[in-house]
Amino acid sequence: MRALIPALVLAFGFLSGATSVASAQDIARGERLFNACLRCHDVGKDAKNRIGPHLNGVFDRKAATIEGATYSKAMKRAGADGLRWTIDTLNIYIQNPKNLVSGTRMNYRGMRKEKDRSDLLAYLRQFSVSPANIPEASASLLRQDAPSLHEETYLDGDAEYGEYLSGECTSCHQSSGADKGIPSITGWPQPDFVIALRAYKKGHRPHPVMQMIAKRLSEEEIAALAAYFKELH
Amino acid sequence: MRLNRRRFLGTAAASAALLSSPIAVGQKRPRVVIIGGGAGGATAARYLAKDSDGAIEVILIEPSRTYYTCFFSNLAIGGFQPMSKLAHSYGTLASEYGVTVVHDWASAVDREKKVVRLAGGDAISYDRLVLSPGIDFVKGAIEGWDVTAQTKMPHAYKAGTQTQLLKAQIEAMPEGGTFAMVAPPNPYRCPPGPYERVSMVAHVLKQRNPTAKILILDPKEKFSKQGLFMEGWENHYAGMVDWLTDEFTGGVQRVDPDTMEIVLEDETIKADVVNVIPAMQAGSIAQQAGLTNEAGWCPIVPATLQSRMDENIHVLGDATQNGDMPKSGYSANSQAKAAAMAIRHALTGSRAFKPRFSNTCWSLISPDNGVKVGASYVATDEKIAKVDGFISQNNEDDALRKQTYEESLGWYAGMTADMFG
Ligand SMILES: Cc1cc2nc3c(=O)[nH]c(=O)nc-3n(C[C@H](O)[C@H](O)[C@H](O)COP(=O)(O)OP(=O)(O)OC[C@H]3O[C@@H](n4cnc5c(N)ncnc54)[C@H](O)[C@@H]3O)c2cc1C
Repeated sequence: MRALIPALVLAFGFLSGATSVASAQDIARGERLFNACLRCHDVGKDAKNRIGPHLNGVFDRKAATIEGATYSKAMKRAGADGLRWTIDTLNIYIQNPKNLVSGTRMNYRGMRKEKDRSDLLAYLRQFSVSPANIPEASASLLRQDAPSLHEETYLDGDAEYGEYLSGECTSCHQSSGADKGIPSITGWPQPDFVIALRAYKKGHRPHPVMQMIAKRLSEEEIAALAAYFKELH
Repeated sequence: MRLNRRRFLGTAAASAALLSSPIAVGQKRPRVVIIGGGAGGATAARYLAKDSDGAIEVILIEPSRTYYTCFFSNLAIGGFQPMSKLAHSYGTLASEYGVTVVHDWASAVDREKKVVRLAGGDAISYDRLVLSPGIDFVKGAIEGWDVTAQTKMPHAYKAGTQTQLLKAQIEAMPEGGTFAMVAPPNPYRCPPGPYERVSMVAHVLKQRNPTAKILILDPKEKFSKQGLFMEGWENHYAGMVDWLTDEFTGGVQRVDPDTMEIVLEDETIKADVVNVIPAMQAGSIAQQAGLTNEAGWCPIVPATLQSRMDENIHVLGDATQNGDMPKSGYSANSQAKAAAMAIRHALTGSRAFKPRFSNTCWSLISPDNGVKVGASYVATDEKIAKVDGFISQNNEDDALRKQTYEESLGWYAGMTADMFG
């Protein structure tokens, strides 16, 4: 026990001001919030995979790696690309699963309130091997990105500009929508398209080609692409 | 399927067209002639035809009825792709996009008259010319080797029969024999190409002929994705591959296709297969048209790919000296779209956008073991300049390498659909 103290102090010191320490109360609240997840996810002693994987030891796990769990093709792809569950990626994922994995099987609209997510994660982190090594609560990252990840500026994209820009996509992604080796990007709802590109741009999604391409797309260009690809199917 | 373009012919676009189009009302539609139906030329033809919706007449001149992609030709050598998968025809470009495909060889460009002469005797005039002729080998680059020697010492750097010949030679190697590659100096088509090839040859030999040896005689001190290839060779083909630079060998002095010998400074090597990849320059039609510099490549205006020698001609792909973009199919495809947009703007007054360029080159090292390198680029006044890039890491896990390989298959399908429709 003793050995943990410096690490904890360090962690708290690092986060000081930014976040308050999860209290027993927060954790209890997180447990209640987890009720919304229970239909698909089990956690705790002898937890089993349900519709979704069990969540014991989810922190620092590579995505889509629980034996016997059923994952979408998109989640497996994300895992192979290097998606790892950390306090930050979990926070971003729970906020809206499509932030990180467009084709996820996780049919959940997302937990929009930061306090809810942080309590939920405070609850979940108890089921990790060494909870003390996990930062208490997150995501300066998401807090800082939240507005740009979700503000709805994508509705009036210039589709003709998008068509020109799409040339950079169709060197790999097929305009027919074929989905082999490289995902289909045609006919997506605009919000999904926009948040996916924003997540690559911010580096939340791991794929290096997509990060590179998205990094230099402006909000206007992302909106233009979303408007163009929505119509293509 | 396609977005209805007419929807976009709003007033803004229409009046812009009237203001900036050099084509007077009633005049016949402008004509773009494209020489070369490869990665650059086929993409340019498709995008010009598709995006101008008939406002531009597009004529593509290409001698072959079947285009064999160089990309993935190494995988054919390795047995990962059948040769037939590399073959593409121009049928869809003609029938779906209205491109006039002329199967002939462009023998000369008369820049004064803006006319292309064909080997078959015809002459075709143009408003704009696009040149994407790929590469040719520098004559006399390797003493003893010229294109007549390619049946004995294949280059397999233009795909098709050369690829098949090299593959057959490798499969017929005697037990414990030697495969030697004379690697090219910079700059050349597909920087990782020779080393991906070595990986594929090693894969074949490991199965069929595990005591055989592979020698790379290289004028370069380093090469593309070197760390990744070296790691892969050590892990999968230990002891099979020797990479020898000129510093070590003194350089290849000459080759003898009849005796299958390679003469180095102090030593002569006899090999069972000799894959000679000589120094390269822009395809000969570019030299003929006077569009090349002393180095043998075509300097271009970065934003539009216009030749620095002639503003009515756009040069794409391997033939260009563009700055930072490597000579790859992906690059040629990317450049073609920027050029097509610039040409449409010039000829029909369509909207002009800022050009953007990117490239990724995937390579296969061993089964399910793919790697990649890529970058994004912008046009500055002086060159196409690299902005940002990435490369696969050493020691990546198997799942990622497998995914990278599968992604390359997806890229191939996407790329060829983008070229040929
Ligand atoms: C082994 C190997 C592996 C490769 N792997 C990859 C890869 O994985 N990814 C990648 O992006 N790139 C790869 N490349 C590179 C890629 O093939 C070239 O960079 C690309 O084809 C260049 O396109 P281009 O339009 O400049 O020339 P090309 O594709 O070569 O097209 C030129 C065309 O012009 C025609 N032509 C030439 N002269 C005339 C004339 N006078 N009249 C009419 N037609 C003419 C030719 O017949 C040819 O069809 C590889 C190359 C090799 C050799």
